[in-house]
Amino acid sequence: MPFRISSDPIDPVASQQTLRNARAGACVTFEGWVRDLNDGEAVQSLEYEAYAPLAEKEGERILAEAQSKFPIEAASGVHRVGHLRLNEVAIWVGVTAQHRAAAFEACRYIIDEAKARLPVWKKEHYATGATTWINCATRGEHTEKTR
Amino acid sequence: MPKLHIQYFAILREQRGATEESLATVASTPRAVYEELRARYRFSLPADRIRAAVNDEFVAADAPLRDGDRIVFIPPVAGG
Repeated sequence: MPFRISSDPIDPVASQQTLRNARAGACVTFEGWVRDLNDGEAVQSLEYEAYAPLAEKEGERILAEAQSKFPIEAASGVHRVGHLRLNEVAIWVGVTAQHRAAAFEACRYIIDEAKARLPVWKKEHYATGATTWINCATRGEHTEKTR
Repeated sequence: MPKLHIQYFAILREQRGATEESLATVASTPRAVYEELRARYRFSLPADRIRAAVNDEFVAADAPLRDGDRIVFIPPVAGG
């Protein structure tokens, strides 16, 4: 079950095609999009950076965990890197199963674990011109913004 | 002295001003190497918020290091 890091835009339709199989009666997909607001701050774009070899390895471990926890047929994922504009797809996860419950649960598991565990970093670019690496602020610096 | 290869990403890459470097050091664990580099380059993040990977696999902060190891320090992640 593949998990990829991609510098090319994610194509959800093409990604979903790779999951097609005759045993599946359900397909659940999740797309994480770049949105225009975070913590009340107007976001103009996002920069994603990944430690690709380990991110892909860890992503595949998460997919294998989902396979062992839930009765699913297949699962895959893609995380984008580079400079993304509003509404671009940052992450795509897809799961197929015989029945919908397992597909929903496995998809939720994979996206939650991916956000917590993949060595991927996000830098927000704000309308003000400031930027910040998310989750990397240190004490005494509420937002660690640099101009 | 053992020689290590260090690779930097995200906030550490910016604070170091480089994507990679070779380091000859007597530090024998990822935590000790990070403390040495943090003091030299004034990294903002304390060691307890950094994870380490050696040769493309997560390791404990006190894992033993060998000559020629490739180390990546992993700041708090924010994928998705």
